[in-house]
Amino acid sequence: MALLEVNGLKVYFHTRNGVVKAVDDVSFTVDRGETLAIVGESGSGKSVTCYSLLDLLPKPPAKIEGGTALFDGEDLLRCDAKRMRHYRGNDIAVIFQDPMTSLNPYISIGEQLIEPLIYHPDIERKQSREDARARAIELLDEVGIINPQARFDCYPHEFSGGMRQRVMIAMALINEPRLLICDEPTTALDVTIQAQILELIKKLQQTRDVAVIFVSHDLGVVAGIADKVLVMCEGTIREAGSTDSIFYNSQNDYTKKLLNAIPEGAKTLPSRLQPDNLLVEVTNLKTHFTAHSKAGRQNKVIKAVNGVSLEIQRGEILGLVGESGSGKSTLGRSILQLAPTTAGQVSFSGNPLTGLGTQQMVPWRRKMQMIFQDPYASLNPRMTVYQTLAEPLLYHGLANSKTIDQQIRQLMDDVGLAHGQMRKYPHEFSGGQRQRIAIGRAIATKPELIIADEPVSALDVTIQAQILDLILNLVERHNLTMLFISHDLSVVRCISDRVVVMNKGVIVEQGDTEALWRNPQQAYTQQLLKAIPIADPRLERSRLSGL
Amino acid sequence: MTAIDEQGTSLWQDAWIKLSKNYLALFGLAIIGLLCVVSLLTPWIAPYGYEQQNLLLGATSPSAEHWLGTDIFGRDMLTRIMYGGRVSLTVGFIATAVALVIGVLWGAVAGFVGGRIDAVMMRIVDIMYALPFMIFIVLLMVVFGRNILLLFLAIGAVEWLTMARIVRGQVMALRKQEFIEAAHSLGLSQWTIIRRHIIPNTLGPVIVYTTLTIPSVMLLEAFLSFLGLGIQPPQSSWGLLINYGVETMEEYPWLLIFPGVTLSLTLFALNFLGDGLRDALDPRTSKD
Repeated sequence: MALLEVNGLKVYFHTRNGVVKAVDDVSFTVDRGETLAIVGESGSGKSVTCYSLLDLLPKPPAKIEGGTALFDGEDLLRCDAKRMRHYRGNDIAVIFQDPMTSLNPYISIGEQLIEPLIYHPDIERKQSREDARARAIELLDEVGIINPQARFDCYPHEFSGGMRQRVMIAMALINEPRLLICDEPTTALDVTIQAQILELIKKLQQTRDVAVIFVSHDLGVVAGIADKVLVMCEGTIREAGSTDSIFYNSQNDYTKKLLNAIPEGAKTLPSRLQPDNLLVEVTNLKTHFTAHSKAGRQNKVIKAVNGVSLEIQRGEILGLVGESGSGKSTLGRSILQLAPTTAGQVSFSGNPLTGLGTQQMVPWRRKMQMIFQDPYASLNPRMTVYQTLAEPLLYHGLANSKTIDQQIRQLMDDVGLAHGQMRKYPHEFSGGQRQRIAIGRAIATKPELIIADEPVSALDVTIQAQILDLILNLVERHNLTMLFISHDLSVVRCISDRVVVMNKGVIVEQGDTEALWRNPQQAYTQQLLKAIPIADPRLERSRLSGL
Repeated sequence: MTAIDEQGTSLWQDAWIKLSKNYLALFGLAIIGLLCVVSLLTPWIAPYGYEQQNLLLGATSPSAEHWLGTDIFGRDMLTRIMYGGRVSLTVGFIATAVALVIGVLWGAVAGFVGGRIDAVMMRIVDIMYALPFMIFIVLLMVVFGRNILLLFLAIGAVEWLTMARIVRGQVMALRKQEFIEAAHSLGLSQWTIIRRHIIPNTLGPVIVYTTLTIPSVMLLEAFLSFLGLGIQPPQSSWGLLINYGVETMEEYPWLLIFPGVTLSLTLFALNFLGDGLRDALDPRTSKD
């Protein structure tokens, strides 16, 4: 008998607008030492499935309408609160997505780690503080925290994202669970850290012989570590099978669509770069911020961009990659003069922009626009699509009351939105549609340069493919030049002509995309490229074990 | 796809549609409307004159001639509450409007511009907080004479401080949002950004705080009047009536109960209306 056997699980949400079948007739099994990956896009019910096993869903609106989840023969869906606490503490552990918010910032990590041991409900398993501390330090060492003795008393903010996720993993393992549920554990992490965490989870699973349920939206991530894959969409299972059969021999259209949507390979469109036609020239640009420290008097200077020189030729798509904190976003905003620059120069078609006042910048603003990462935050929630798109046109005097309606329709056609949605508010749209609105706003003034800051990072993989297509299409049709900023190297590869790699505020390497991919010169670039997850289980397994 | 679909509805039309489905808010609106109409028409519809005394009658409990009884001078309570409403509602609405305008603009500018200007503006607010507001108002009254308009301004000038702080906090959170940065990158002027993108997004807390300010302003007026700085008998206001009602609470409870009920009813109505407005003006709540 399998360790966990879920049969016909149904979870419905009863909302004011009717019943939402979040999980509808889902069955699967996981055994000790086995990793099951549940893959799906947002709203597919993958997280709800996991949370319902641990009774972590808000009830109401959620209601478990049917099915069983036998853990060691006992039905998790029907046990009372006390029994559930026993399972949560001892047998089943969860690692959440965001290591920044899943630790309590006011308690040292050591204290948080030993909490489940010293307050254990079972008297015989309760431990003294000293024993618990020893055990916690042992675990911190095992998950790769350097100098765990000293780090035990540190607070979460003293750790980086990857280190916090390691602490979370240690916390999950402290009571020796038999089932580990990982809900997108690497989504918030940089690609090199992601590779390390995946390797760690794989290693721990093998040494401890636990069952793992690994929830992810990214097929590439699960390729190397999953034994079985469950593809979910709209609450139902679309396909289930061994990892190899899903990746190499999928029978289901949706799975194929997911696999095809993974950005892969080089840009297929020819470069439109016009040689010797410089649009943007950045010379030795520095953008420093002063961080006011609360405790001490001395202010710390953060050198977000520290001496960057680059050129963007008219017509090209320049990819800018780097990990979080590399200064890539700040560089983008500094080029647009949205962040105050400290030194150096930015010039746009030969005209210096640095040093211009707000008023003097206005005529340049319409020639350079920005697309932001989060389509939920980049639109004013109180303005309709019509108002959002009309604002730049009217403000720059590019439309009058007679032509405005026609121009807005044209824009909506350009970005693939139906005219009937003109008077709707942003919250009535999905993430992908919102990003289309944001792109519409950016191209409204017919700019020459667009800086896209992680424009597809917050989107599902199939939507991501659509938006990338749209961007390529618009660049082509409107003769745009683009700086495409992303942490996702695969995305950058399939869209850009040239690539710049940034780390710690400086440019590490730059060159033509394919040349750089084939033959990276710098150690940092090599490391970065090596860490990209590949949606090919055989390659990925050998890569993970070789890391 | 018809033309009607494309036209859709404006924010305020939307808000009205949503408000008209919120019965509690409609009830609040009706009460406020009724009170305003009665106050406007008081000189013509009041059963007695506001200074008409009947010392022989003295304080009587509610009866057919005097529905809400009379006070110790034999003045009709209904009449006095109606006349009191004129003063209280005017003070409530005008002083709050003054506080609203100054507070929202001050807070929005301070929060949006930030840096030194923010520091200076907020220190001014702190200093005003620290001033005992009674002294402030008494000074105003002494310098400019006792005048009901000045009373509105004086109360408004005290009440905007909290509003400014609330708005500033909201704006500082909003300022970091990407849609504000998008507005910058479109080249919009600072003032346009504040007006079009910042202020509309602070409406929720502002409306709620406004509905809380109106009753507190009414009570502040009563306090000032009680000290002899505001309205003087035989003129009346709800606050003043309640103050006198408290003194005679044991012998003549109706002198406290009726003005008290009127004030509470106004307070409830304003709160219901405020909550309704907040929801109605938020496009994220559904129309159904």
